Amino acid sequence: MRSLLPVALAVAGIVLLLNLISFAFGVAPLATLRAAAAGTWGTPYGIGQVLFKATPLVFTGLAFEVGFRAGLFNIGAEGQLALGSLAGGCVGAALPAGTPWILALPLCIGVAMGTAALVALVPGLMRARLGVHEIISTIMVNRIADGIVPFALVTLLGATSLRTADLVAGASLPKLERALPAFAGSAASVAFPLAIAVAFGVEALLRRTRAGREMRWTGQNAEACRAEGIDVPRRQVQAMLLSGALAGGAMTATVLGYKGYFELGLGTGAGFTGIAVALLGRGHPLGIVLAAVFFGTLQQAGLAINAHVPKEAMDVLTACAIVLVAVANRASRAVGSPAPDGGSAAVPPEPASVES
Amino acid sequence: MVAETLRIATPYACAAVGGIWAERSGVIQIGLEAVLLTSAFTSVAVAATTGSAALGLLAGVASGALLSVLHAVLVERARVHAVISGIALNLLAYAGTRLLLRALFDSASNSPGIDGFRFGPTGADGASMLARFFLDPVTLAALAATALTPFVLARTRFGLRARAAGENPVAAASVGIDVSRVRIAALAVSGAICALGGVHLAFDQHRFESGMSSGRGFMALAAVVVSGWRAERAVAACVAFGALEALQIVLQDQANRSAGAELIQLLPYVATLVVLGFAAGRAAAPEGLGKHAED
Repeated sequence: MRSLLPVALAVAGIVLLLNLISFAFGVAPLATLRAAAAGTWGTPYGIGQVLFKATPLVFTGLAFEVGFRAGLFNIGAEGQLALGSLAGGCVGAALPAGTPWILALPLCIGVAMGTAALVALVPGLMRARLGVHEIISTIMVNRIADGIVPFALVTLLGATSLRTADLVAGASLPKLERALPAFAGSAASVAFPLAIAVAFGVEALLRRTRAGREMRWTGQNAEACRAEGIDVPRRQVQAMLLSGALAGGAMTATVLGYKGYFELGLGTGAGFTGIAVALLGRGHPLGIVLAAVFFGTLQQAGLAINAHVPKEAMDVLTACAIVLVAVANRASRAVGSPAPDGGSAAVPPEPASVES
Repeated sequence: MVAETLRIATPYACAAVGGIWAERSGVIQIGLEAVLLTSAFTSVAVAATTGSAALGLLAGVASGALLSVLHAVLVERARVHAVISGIALNLLAYAGTRLLLRALFDSASNSPGIDGFRFGPTGADGASMLARFFLDPVTLAALAATALTPFVLARTRFGLRARAAGENPVAAASVGIDVSRVRIAALAVSGAICALGGVHLAFDQHRFESGMSSGRGFMALAAVVVSGWRAERAVAACVAFGALEALQIVLQDQANRSAGAELIQLLPYVATLVVLGFAAGRAAAPEGLGKHAED
């Protein structure tokens, strides 16, 4: 039950804050709440939109989670996702028109995840081999990616509207409305069930394979692992690669499942919200999916209430939720025994020192 | 060109010196961006409603210090990881200023114009621009803060305590220093100095624009790291960034906006990565960065 405390606190705090904000804007708080509820879980379309918004967050949440379990603080999902989406979009647009989906989809996703993993490899190698802390290096890589994406779109591809050409038909993921007609019109795609499968797959990888176990041990106590003869730098690099690839996977929802092309700013913010998802999800695949749905609900609610209260209100709430969850995680951990397997994410294992 | 460089470099330098204060006391501060934005917005909002630039300056600095203290309290008292808190504050500042922009000025992107400070000659030539730069109260305050920081950190009781808290919080606590309190105080100083940069940014544009700090806080962070956490060098790096940006503006004026100009903007970040890679062997960061006295 203790693990529900952060959730309860976050929800309560958010509802309270939303009331205050709508009050400040001269709107009856209840009307805002009702609009937020109706626009998200009130209709099948709203639910579909929530799932669509949640999908990239599952991937970015997993990306942070994997790094975190290995004792790494990968806050670079933002840049990894941007460059991965760009690469995947370019490949998808360059394929010949009649490419069957069985070829096009794996190729696009593979290129996107591979590129994102390569982007993560830079801070990963710097951490594992040189001892450069990944917090600074991932921030720098994020900023570099921010500059490269428009440069690549305009200068290298000669795009006039800051987007890639349309992807070939085979490279699009089917919308959920094809199976469940109730979702008609919403952008939820097969990427959502895919994300859930990936969440459980990653957990299995971390628990059942030797590489995964050693990654987790590295995160818990790198010194002891070194003494036991585990190749710590190698596991760190692998964790960073996996983390980056997962961040890149978020493009399945945005590029492949929704837009059908990549444009500047598509998926922005998912990288940072993913950190909050991982914190709230607390080391469990289902937890991460639910946390992603929670933050997806907030995002969709922001659009739903835009007529009453500016949608930025929801970003303010997201920021507050991050802090509330982190504080509550910390508090609930201080009260009870520590969660097994670094499940509590409030206090990450501190790296031994910056210059190992 | 010199005046342009200094004008552009001021917000960077303020944010970098603010970053030095935070990190030398042992608190990771990636929320400099948030402090810049918040102080820029507050100064404009107050200056626009009261019509007084001086009050705007004061309010801006106060808001920056307050936000920075909030970060310190979250990290030190509630023990939220500093990176999480920093990210949350960045999001909060970006969305919050946009929300308030809508609430106060009913605009999605920018505030109405404000006067700011107007001293000195009004000409557009280099000499009078330089004169205006050196007569601007915000700039003067920023210069003073920048010049005093190395001295205060190296020589005063408070500076030494802050550095002790940053280098080895456990040892600092064992000789009776209240590490948390020292860090919160250092973050107040950090926020105030960084806020000068935000106010300068807003007064320089004579209005607030949504997201107007546009990554300067991260650029300042890069300067902090490149400088090896030393204020003089960080400011020098910021002046170099300013010169780079001024050069870009000159290049763009000459109407041949080359693709290279966009990539030049990335240079500070690439340089930071390279410097980090090479400096890895030597310990440059404060030893106790991100560590607590008791854990």
